[in-house]
Amino acid sequence: MNEALTAETVMMKGHDGDKVEAYLARPADADSFGGVVVIHHLPGYDSATKEITRKFAARGYAALMPNLYYRDSPGASPDDAAAAARAKGGMPDDQVVGDVAGAAAYLRGLQGSNGKIGVIGYCSGGRQSFLAACSLQLDAAVDCYGGAVVRVPAGAPASMKPLIGRSKNLSCPLLGLFGADDQFPTPADMAELSRTLDELGKAHEFHTFSGAGHAFFSVDRASYRVEAAVEGWDKVWAFFGRHLAGG
Amino acid sequence: MCTYATEHVSATGSGKGPAGWFRLSEVSVYLDHPAHALADHTLNIDFINPAQGPSARVAVELTAQTARALARAIESALDAAPPGLA
Repeated sequence: MNEALTAETVMMKGHDGDKVEAYLARPADADSFGGVVVIHHLPGYDSATKEITRKFAARGYAALMPNLYYRDSPGASPDDAAAAARAKGGMPDDQVVGDVAGAAAYLRGLQGSNGKIGVIGYCSGGRQSFLAACSLQLDAAVDCYGGAVVRVPAGAPASMKPLIGRSKNLSCPLLGLFGADDQFPTPADMAELSRTLDELGKAHEFHTFSGAGHAFFSVDRASYRVEAAVEGWDKVWAFFGRHLAGG
Repeated sequence: MCTYATEHVSATGSGKGPAGWFRLSEVSVYLDHPAHALADHTLNIDFINPAQGPSARVAVELTAQTARALARAIESALDAAPPGLA
């Protein structure tokens, strides 16, 4: 694999047919590829998450990251858009699901798509990855330290509800990557989710990394933990390799 | 962790953003991950006017120690003002 890729900003159809900005990265010389919808973290559609999107293309996947804050903040800097979304009370779950569905459809429509779609999200996007996997027909989902799946923190917007009750609708295998020192979600939260998925017979694989807290994949933040991130990426490649290849 | 919790304050005053001075209408206050400060969590304050768009924003990200010192300094300055001014 020579890691050659192309990347660009595109417009896609999101929830309710809305035009939504998205960042597309795709392998330059692959005849057939799976697709990955990348859900950005609470701080928004930023350069670090675009870098993650390109990372998938370098590994042979077409990856698309919708800008979940685009409707209210077209053209704004990611941090301003994130602040505006926060002031407004966050993104409605239905809208996020609609945007992920639009991104999945966009990826399936690319020349060379093998029709298989995975989703991965970080921080709030981790929660939204689980939400999407319980709402849409997907082939694989990765939740990176998404809080508010099992319980919602005090003071969160009233619209934010726990998602564990939707577990019966999980449509695909789930990979969960968490930090042992994270307070939200805690290892106990993830153990509870794992038990629930076991009872429902839902395929899942959870890994909790010692010495890491929340956002250990974020290379531009103090929370970055190289050992957890390197091992975590290996888990992602193995997981998507099993579920998104071929076709 | 992401706290998601936000305190909202209605504001009267002005702030200076990237496009110059603008009238403030709201302030968001929250302890969460910073965009720029080198800390896991900071006390973040957004002085904003949503009617003027997301870029009408003055943002600060402060360590908890700095934020508490700032809160005390604001209270002290107001308390020390001559009668009738604050």
